[in-house]
Amino acid sequence: MESNKIETLLEKYFRGETSIAEENQLRDYFSSPNVSPNLEQYKPIFGYLALAKEQNFEQEIVLKSKKRNLAWLSIAASVVVLLGIGTYSYFNYYNINQNQDLGTYDDPEIAFRETQKALSMLSTHLNTGIESVQYIQEYENSKNLIFKQQ
Amino acid sequence: MGQNEFVKLIAPFKDKVFRLAKRLLISSEEAEDATQEVLIKLWSRNKNLDDFNNIEAFAMTMTKNYCLDQLKSKRAGNLQIVHNDFANNEPSSEKIVEDNDSLDWVEKIINQLPVQQRLIIQFRDVEQYEFEEIAKILDMNETAIRVALSRARKTVREYMIKAHSYGIK
Repeated sequence: MESNKIETLLEKYFRGETSIAEENQLRDYFSSPNVSPNLEQYKPIFGYLALAKEQNFEQEIVLKSKKRNLAWLSIAASVVVLLGIGTYSYFNYYNINQNQDLGTYDDPEIAFRETQKALSMLSTHLNTGIESVQYIQEYENSKNLIFKQQ
Repeated sequence: MGQNEFVKLIAPFKDKVFRLAKRLLISSEEAEDATQEVLIKLWSRNKNLDDFNNIEAFAMTMTKNYCLDQLKSKRAGNLQIVHNDFANNEPSSEKIVEDNDSLDWVEKIINQLPVQQRLIIQFRDVEQYEFEEIAKILDMNETAIRVALSRARKTVREYMIKAHSYGIK
């Protein structure tokens, strides 16, 4: 083919001034079997460029994003945690309200009787406590036997 | 828009997204991941997808940005070696590229170009976009694109002439 024309096209090509049509002309020329020997070194360039367009994306397209699922999962988890805290504190509050009964009396007479009962109960318990330490007096006696008091 | 419709909509350019990702990330696995990621992002925007009158250009811009981010984080994580080690083990056309030594050379040279030039080579010489489209995708003016393209092509030529004369001598 007119190798002169190809050479001028090549010059244009390397200046970045060729159109797509002209570039296709160059591709066709270099993919044909009769490339002029002095242009042989350009053959691989155009050969590669043509081949590079043949690579395809073979994988199946997966349109489900894993990130979004994770976001929903975290939202769900935080809702569960909030609900848990909410119910826990609600029941705690309820229980505290139930334990508000302090055993007070409105009638002073009953109150007096109850107080007496409580105090006598306290004093009996105190006396049993004192009885159980009475025997300490024995130690005191034997100590006085040994160490003469002046 | 249903999933089927969406898949039909992206069918014409999903390969281009993959090739662009591969041009930037080199490794096929990484490029596959990037492609999935970009398509998912597109899908999540699918309600206002009709507003973008050129979805392909929009997808290309997204791919470019995603891959550049990816490269940045890779560089920070010092994982770049991964690309070179695990580069190509894809079948078919890629195999042919590898089998042919001089074509392999061209790929290596192109992949060594600065990112900007690599992008432009990919858009113009592989995908054969018009300058106007490239300008839109890269947000550059056409003259700057032509200059960068010329520079990239000349670099490739230089290397090829060198390689060629080594072959003869």
